[in-house]
Parts: sequence; C-alpha cells; structure tokens
Amino acid sequence: MDTALKQTPLYNAHVAAKARIVDFAGWAMPVLYTGILEESRAVRSAIGIFDISHMGRVRVSGSGATALLQSLTSNDVTALQSSQAQYSLLTNPQGGIIDDIIVYREAEEAYLVVINASNTDKDLDWIRAHTPAGVAIDNRTAATAMIAVQGPNAPQTVAELAQNPALLALNRFQYATGTFSGASATFCRTGYTGEDGFEVIVPAEAAEAVWNALLAAGAVPCGLGARDALRIEAGYPLYGHEIDDTTSPVEAGLMWVVKLDKGEFTGRDAIRAVKERGPKRRLVGLTLQERIVPRQGYTIFDKNTEIGVVTSGVFSPTRNHSIAMGYVATPYAATGTQVEIGIRDKRALATVVPKKSLLGG
Amino acid sequence: MANVPSDLKYSKTHEWVRVEGDVATVGITDHAQAELGDIVYLDLPEVGRMLSADDQFGEVESVKAVSELFSPVSGEVIETNMDITQTTEVVNEDPYGKGWLIKVRLSNTGELANLLDAADYEKFADEGGH
Repeated sequence: MDTALKQTPLYNAHVAAKARIVDFAGWAMPVLYTGILEESRAVRSAIGIFDISHMGRVRVSGSGATALLQSLTSNDVTALQSSQAQYSLLTNPQGGIIDDIIVYREAEEAYLVVINASNTDKDLDWIRAHTPAGVAIDNRTAATAMIAVQGPNAPQTVAELAQNPALLALNRFQYATGTFSGASATFCRTGYTGEDGFEVIVPAEAAEAVWNALLAAGAVPCGLGARDALRIEAGYPLYGHEIDDTTSPVEAGLMWVVKLDKGEFTGRDAIRAVKERGPKRRLVGLTLQERIVPRQGYTIFDKNTEIGVVTSGVFSPTRNHSIAMGYVATPYAATGTQVEIGIRDKRALATVVPKKSLLGG
Repeated sequence: MANVPSDLKYSKTHEWVRVEGDVATVGITDHAQAELGDIVYLDLPEVGRMLSADDQFGEVESVKAVSELFSPVSGEVIETNMDITQTTEVVNEDPYGKGWLIKVRLSNTGELANLLDAADYEKFADEGGH
C-alpha cells in the first residue's frame, strides 16, 4: 500500500479486521471486509457501519457565514433551523455541480459542511476564494471521524449505546449533540444507503472506541463497495459518476435542492436557462432482467442509435439482478422505455425506471 | 491462504483443470475467486464450440470487476455448468467442485505438460502472478 495515502482514525481497525484496502481519492479505505453482497444485505436487513471519515468536514462560521453559504449553495440555508441539516449543491457560474454536500446549521452564523473526499481540496479552494473577512473556514476533517450507522436496527442500537433515547425522535436531516463512548458526538439522521440510521461525528481519538462499541452491538463493518451498491439501489448520485462540474442539476433530477427563487446564488441564471428550455438529457434508473453488470461509460442504445451513457451500475444485492443509472436523451427518459446497454460485445435489455424505484416497490 | 488441490493442473490465468480420461473439467481457482470477490455473472460458451489452448471461452464478473476466462486446453466443449449461472455464488463457495465451468474433450493431451502443477501454481499466485 502506498504510504503517501491518507489514513482515517479507523485505519488500524480496518487492517486488523483484514479489510481489503484500496486507494479512494487519496485515502487508504476499506473496499470490503467479508464481501460486498453480504455487507450490503446486512444493512438492508439489520445494521451496518461505514467509516466515512475521509469525507471533508468544514466549519463555516462568523458574521456573514449565512450569506456566504446562501450565495455558494443551491438550497436555502435560511430555511434551516439550528440542529437541522440539508442536502445541497455547490454550483459553478455555468450552472454545473462543483460538489454535492450536506449543510448542518449549528447556530445563526455557524455551519458544518460535509463534502466529498475527492473534492475536498477543490471545494475548500472555492469556498475560501469567496469568503469575506469575518467568516472563518476551519477544516475539521483530520480532527474528527465520521461513522455511518445504517439499517433498520441502526436507530435503536445507536440510541441504546449512546444512552440517548431522544435520538429516536429526530426526524430525517435533524441532528443532535450528545456523547458516545464518553466522547462528544453529533448524531445526524442521515445516510447514503436508503435505510434509516445516523451519521455520527466524533473526535478522531474516540473513533475506535465508538467503532468497537458498534461492532460489539452486532453491527457489520461495511466497506466502500457495499456503500456504492447501496447508494445505487437508493438512486443517490455520486460525484464523478452522475454529477460533475459539467452536469446541470436539471438533468440530474436535483432541482428539489435548487431554490431558484431564494435570491441570487452562483449559477442560478444558467440553471434557470436549462430549466426553461428543457434539458437535452435526463438521469434515469435502469433495471435489467439479468446479472451482467452495466458499468460507468457503457453506451445506452435504442436499436442502433446511441441515446445515452451509463453513469453507475451494480449487481443489486437486494434484487439479485443488475441495476444502473445513466443519462439518456430526454425523449427516452419516460418510465417504461425499453433500451439496450452495450456491454463489451453484448447487448443487455433494460427498462427505464425512476431512480427512486431501483430498489423495487 | 488459498486452497490449491494437489491433483489438479493450473494455468497462469488462474484456471484449474481436472483430467479424467480424455475429458478435462475447467474452473477458476480459489485464488481467482477470492481476488474477484462476489461473483454475480458467468458467460459460458455453447456446447460444441472448439477451443484452442489460451482461447477466451467466457467471462466471469464480480461486483467489482469483470475477468476473461481462458481455456487451458484444446478441444470441444461437451458440457457447461449452466445450473450455476443464476447461483453464481457457488463459484465463490466451491470453486473446485460445484463451481466448475466447462468440460472439454481433449484434442491434444500433450498440452497438459505445459500447465503448472499445484506447487508451482501456489508459488505463482503467492507472488501476485497475473
């Protein structure tokens, strides 16, 4: 393993558990412990835990913090009460997506912004370049750890371990502070799996104790492989796959976190223009009847016409056949449209479905 | 440590061969299935297809990656293990048994001498051979 890779506070625990470690965005991260399917199914049926300490955690605070985030992000931070979080986008002047983020409002002028590991440097440069005097940008990533606890048993397990039944009353995207294994902790009712649960932020030095307490309570350690499979099943985008600096939130189906009427923000006019003329392509879910896996970059066809491209695909651990997301030309985006995906020298039939239906139901 | 049965022959592309008379059964090694992780898809050839040694005869795909399958021997495909194409985890669980892939009627038994024995394959795989 390349010694230049960054390590999370849980790196030694992953190695001791014989996880398979890979380079993810410059971090030495576990891709799997025992198996991607087994880990994914544990999350769907019971409880799994993920080290997501590699994600960037940036505190934005001081007089002007609200105005700064209101101008850099697409969602409306003024709609947040303290102890609430929201999914949002950092947008560029062309209306593209710099990153997708979660904004936690701690106080009137204090926020924690959680960003993708692969974009941490880019995002920090962008935010700092726009930060006025009086607003402090504090990169908290190294000082803290972040553990996602996901699955139907996750809320109860976390509430019991933290001896904090009030956590069960939190709504999705609400958070509370408390203690976990004797350390200060932030519990947010969020996740990237489509299951209930929490994302817990603790001081770096407390990470192993919290992780071990969750393991002792029966949580299954899960790697990035399961995290990716679960987020595809849930229809959630990933930067570098479904979204990037050139994709519009209109195409990506993310207008629910773009508040065009909240006032001026970076890229607003460009996004509005795409919305008004209609996007040329749309992000859709794709279900296959078979097990062959469509992967990023594979071409989507209508007969012999190229109509789109796969952005992510996986063998669904829950459904036992393959699923994907991809962009198709707008006329093909209607639910029920039959398309073909070119997979090496083969063609696989696929049906367009809403992204939220990839898991079934 | 990967399981490497001593009674089989091996290729450097991580297939195994069990010879009984003039029929060779072919599968992927324990090392190969462990490297791939959860296997979800198998593409196996038609019965009757003629293979030369080192021909690609199919694909094996895991959640993480796709890998080509190469025939260690020459001959005609006389049987394929279609029973496991919907239960591909069998290849992970029992690569040398229920997870076999194809049977080939050998056209050139002399080729078997080109394959690795268990000790040589184990050494090759341990050195990270690809």
